[in-house]
Amino acid sequence: MIKVDDLHKHFGGFRAVDGASLEIAEGTITGLIGPNGAGKTTLFNVIAGVLPPTSGRVTMAGEDITGLPPHVLFGKGLLRTFQIAHEFTSMTVRENLMMVPGDQAGERIWNTWFGRRRIAEQERALQAKADEVLEFLTIDHLRDEKAGNLSGGQKKLLELGRTMMVDARIVFLDEVGAGVNRTLLNMLGDAIVQLNRERGYTFVVIEHDMDFIERLCDPVICMAEGKVLAEGTLAEIKANEQVIEAYLGTGLKNKGMVEA
Amino acid sequence: MEFLNAIVALSNYVLVPALAYGSQLALGALGVTLIYGILRFSNFAHGDTMAFGTMITILMTWWMQSVGIGLGPLPTALLALPFGIAGCAAMVLLTDRVVYRFYRAQKVKPVILVIVSMGVMFVMNGLVRFVIGPGDQRFADGERFIITALDFRMMTGLKEGLAIKTTQGITLVTAVIVVGVLFWFLTHTRTGKSMRAYSDNEDLALLSGINPERVVLVTWLIVAALATVAGTLYGLDKSFKPFTYFQLLLPIFASAIVGGLGSPLGAIAGGFVIAFSEVTITYAWKKVLVYLMPESLEPSGLVQLMSTDYKFAVSFVILLIVLLFRPTGLFRGKAV
Repeated sequence: MIKVDDLHKHFGGFRAVDGASLEIAEGTITGLIGPNGAGKTTLFNVIAGVLPPTSGRVTMAGEDITGLPPHVLFGKGLLRTFQIAHEFTSMTVRENLMMVPGDQAGERIWNTWFGRRRIAEQERALQAKADEVLEFLTIDHLRDEKAGNLSGGQKKLLELGRTMMVDARIVFLDEVGAGVNRTLLNMLGDAIVQLNRERGYTFVVIEHDMDFIERLCDPVICMAEGKVLAEGTLAEIKANEQVIEAYLGTGLKNKGMVEA
Repeated sequence: MEFLNAIVALSNYVLVPALAYGSQLALGALGVTLIYGILRFSNFAHGDTMAFGTMITILMTWWMQSVGIGLGPLPTALLALPFGIAGCAAMVLLTDRVVYRFYRAQKVKPVILVIVSMGVMFVMNGLVRFVIGPGDQRFADGERFIITALDFRMMTGLKEGLAIKTTQGITLVTAVIVVGVLFWFLTHTRTGKSMRAYSDNEDLALLSGINPERVVLVTWLIVAALATVAGTLYGLDKSFKPFTYFQLLLPIFASAIVGGLGSPLGAIAGGFVIAFSEVTITYAWKKVLVYLMPESLEPSGLVQLMSTDYKFAVSFVILLIVLLFRPTGLFRGKAV
C-alpha cells in the first residue's frame, strides 16, 4: 500500500531519517517502534506531506506521492494523528469532527448565498455521522463541549474519531496511547481493530507500550537512528540482538534479573 | 437645562465623532486581525490597501458624477463601493500571487513577511499617489447633514446644537451591517469555519483536508472588502489623502493589538477604545464644563489635555498599558 524508498530527511547536519526503506501491506496494523529520536515521527511527517523529504520516494498503491501537500494526501485517504493531540479549541467536539470531510458544499462562496438547502442537507448528514462516531468512541456525552476542555485521553479519542469521518485508506497513528489510562487504551485498541476489520483501514502505529503493540500489531518495524533496523513479528523483533541493543535495552540482562 | 446642554455638547463633539471614527478603525482593525490570524503576519500594507480601494471607489464616483448617476441624498460613493472592492480584491490577489505566495511556499518566519509587507506598502503607496495625486481629494456629495446644529436648536430650544453628518450616520449603519455579515459568515458557513479552524490550528487544518490556498484566497477577498469599506467611509467622513491612510495604520494596529490580535471581536472593541480615548483626551472640555460647574468654578482655559497633534501618541500609550497588563489583548488573541 505504502512503499518508502531510501528516504532521507536532514535538518542541517542532523539526519533525522537517514535512508529508511519500508513497505506497509494493505489491511495490516503495522507497529513502528524504536527509541526516542529514532526518526519515527519525522518519517510520519514526511509521508503525510508536512515536511518535504531531503531525498527519496514515497509511493501509495504505486502512485508517487512524495512531497504532496497534506490536504491533497488527505483527499487520497491518507490520514494521520498527532503525538500531542491537536484540536480546534474554540469549536465543540461535534464541530471538530464536522470540519473533517473535505470539499463540502458550504465551501463554495456561491453556495453560501444560493445553495442553502444543499448545505443544510449535507450538514445534517455530517452531524448524524459525527454523532455516530462519538457514540462508537463512547464520548457522545461530550458532543457540545468545547474541544479545548477535554482531557488528554479524550482528545486522543477525538483524534481517532477524526479519521472515521471520511473513508480513510491508511491511517498513521502517532502514539495514540501516550498519556492514556489502561481502560481508555484498551478501548482505543478495540476501536482500531474494529476499524481495521470492518472498514478495511490500514494502520501504522507508533507506540512505546509493548502490550499495546503485542495486542494489535503484526508486523512490527523497528527504527533506530533514522534507519529501519528490523522487521517481522513482535516475537522476532524482541529476539533480534540489534533491537535489544538499540531499544529494548540490555539493562535487565546485565543486572542478571532475567536469564540471558 | 444646563445639564442637558452639557450632554448635547458632549455628544456633538465627542460621542458622535468618536463613534464614527471608532467604526472606521474597527473595520480597519478587522482586516489586520484576519490577516494576522490566518496568514500569520502583521500586514503593514493595510493602510495603503485601504487607500488603494478608496482610490478606485473615488475614480468610479467621479465617473458616475460626470454621467449623472447618483443616489440622491446619499453619497454616490456608496454606488461606486462594489467597484472599489472588486478593484482592491484584484490588487491584493495579484500581490498575493506575485509576492506572498512565494514566501508562503518557503514557510518563512512571520517577521520576514512583515518586512515584505512593508515593501508592498511602499509600492502601493507610490501607486496610489501616482494615479490620484498626493493631495486632498473630495468626493462626498448628496445631503451633508442628517440634522444640522441649527435645526436641532430650533427643535429642542436648547442653547447647544447637535449636528449629525450624513457620513457619520452612513459609517455607523455600514459598519454594523458589515460586521454582522462577517460574524455570520465566520460562525455559520463552512468556509468561515474553515478559516477559524485554520487560524486555530494550522497543522490540524491541513491534515483535516482543508485547502490552505482556498482559505487564503477567501481571507484576502474579505480583507479587500473590509479595507475598501473602511477607507471609503473614512474618506467620506474626513477627506481622502494618501498620506493620511498611511498614518491611519498606527491607530488601526493599536486597535487590533489592544483587542487581541487574531480576535475579530477584539478588533471591534479595540477600535472603539482607541477612538474614544483619542477623541476624549484631545477634546477641549471647556464647553461641557461651563454648563456643569457653578459659575465661580468655570474654567478659563480650554481644558484640553493634549493637542490633537498628539492624538497618535494617545493610541500608543493605551497600547503600552494594555500590553503591560494583558499581553494578549482584551479578548485574548494570540500573544504578539
